[in-house]
Amino acid sequence: MAPVALLFLPLPLWCLAVTDKPNYSDLGAADPTTEPFWQACAEGRLIVQRCTACGAHQFYPRPFCLACEGTTLSWVECRGTGTIYSLTTMRLPVDPQLPPPYLLALVDLDEGPRLLTNIEAATAAIGDRVRVAWRQRDGLPPLPIFVPLRQP
Amino acid sequence: MPHALTTSPVYIVGAAETPLGKVTDQSEFSMVGLAAREALGEAGLGFRDVDALFTNYMGEEGSVQLGEYLGIRPRYAESSDMGGASFEFFVHHAMAAIAAGRCEVALIGYASRQRSRRNRKRSATALDGSLSAQFETPYGIHFPIGHYALSAARYMHQYGARLEHLAEIAVAARQWAMLNPKAWSRDPLTIDDVMASPMLSDPLRKLDCCLVTDGGGVVVVTGRDRARNAAKRPIRVLGAGESHVQWHVAQCPDLTVTPGLASGRDAFAMAGIQPGDVDVFEPYDNFTHSVLLYLEDLGFCKKGEAGDFVAEGRLRPGGSLPSMTSGGGLSYCHPGALGILLLIEAVRQLRGEAGDRQVRDAEIAVAHGTGGLAFSTASTVVLGRD
Ligand SMILES: [Zn+2]
Repeated sequence: MAPVALLFLPLPLWCLAVTDKPNYSDLGAADPTTEPFWQACAEGRLIVQRCTACGAHQFYPRPFCLACEGTTLSWVECRGTGTIYSLTTMRLPVDPQLPPPYLLALVDLDEGPRLLTNIEAATAAIGDRVRVAWRQRDGLPPLPIFVPLRQP
Repeated sequence: MPHALTTSPVYIVGAAETPLGKVTDQSEFSMVGLAAREALGEAGLGFRDVDALFTNYMGEEGSVQLGEYLGIRPRYAESSDMGGASFEFFVHHAMAAIAAGRCEVALIGYASRQRSRRNRKRSATALDGSLSAQFETPYGIHFPIGHYALSAARYMHQYGARLEHLAEIAVAARQWAMLNPKAWSRDPLTIDDVMASPMLSDPLRKLDCCLVTDGGGVVVVTGRDRARNAAKRPIRVLGAGESHVQWHVAQCPDLTVTPGLASGRDAFAMAGIQPGDVDVFEPYDNFTHSVLLYLEDLGFCKKGEAGDFVAEGRLRPGGSLPSMTSGGGLSYCHPGALGILLLIEAVRQLRGEAGDRQVRDAEIAVAHGTGGLAFSTASTVVLGRD
């Protein structure tokens, strides 16, 4: 019963700074293994796992490397650029917050991992280069989406 | 050398559909019960003879619930969720269990009233901490059309398949459905009709997508000894194979290849057949482009060439590879898990009881199931006249 009793203890002031940062797992928006990913999103950084043994990048995170079965992985920040692997214009209503039509895509990050995402643009095509952008969400971490990458 | 599982032959000795289409006077359990009686009757068997039970989509611990309803206490049971292909997986598993002497009479079946209940879910919405809720739901991916659209778009981009090629699958299925009095959609259909139907998720249009109907069925699998009493011709299970890959669409390394590549290879090898030996093909036509991928993965044509392969009407009545001969999920019935009906139609064709849609001299039929999200699972069953 001790943990329950602790809830009734007055919190010291320094705790406020810590509880300021939401724990997304508690909200159901993350799990303990993906918490670092969503925390990075909250800071506008797109991160994936990199295996220190073989160098493979992977996403979503796992406690082992799918390529070499090694267990030493670190989070690394992505360049944020990628290429559209596949694309569809969703014309059916799915989510009240996303009025159709909108672009649904699979994007291959330059580091390797593939993400399901939205492309925020009037049009796009398979093979297009894209870069990460962020969609703000009420009470949830920002969502990585992608926009066309303009060539210099 | 024959495969170990085929040295003691295993047969489908009974096959029956539940009521199809829109079912308002039966429950899912009563539908399976009636189909089970009919299928067992074909085999000269009763509920008391069943010692193995396989089902999916009959609620939690589905085989337990169905076993109670039917009064069956199996010594071998399974309610694995392999999506719509579960029933091809189950034939494979029943074959192994019977060959190993773990059971004698396996009943495989299920029913759904997804049309009457209108409970087809589009997308998960709960913040349940699952990987799907984190990485798929927020982007508004429609289940299952969005997943399959991403596959279709990539396939067309990579291999130059055209919308006409996709539409040909819907037209071939419809032409078969027009010969099947039980089919849901029987009006004539043209390539232009398909291409003029509303776009849902590019490149998939309304008529590229399977039906949403009620339905289900039962098949009975047993060994040679118990097959002797069968009233109708027992159909031998010549080979079976299975595999699965990704659940989340982004985890699939190549959306133009399905796990049918592995399940087909294993099933054909066990049966000792080549694609050219197949007289009737019953593919899981959940979407038109799916059939193009299966034709390639099962070796009927080379990768990327299925569009041209089907363009000559090869799958239609009178074509050289009669396929979707019931009218398929596109025009006959799609109760959420078509796999059981693929097996039933294959059995009927091999028994020669398919009426106006009978493929003449059909000796070998292939039921190829798929399930899950954008080709997550696949299982292939090769059936033949003994
Ligand atoms: Zn590694």
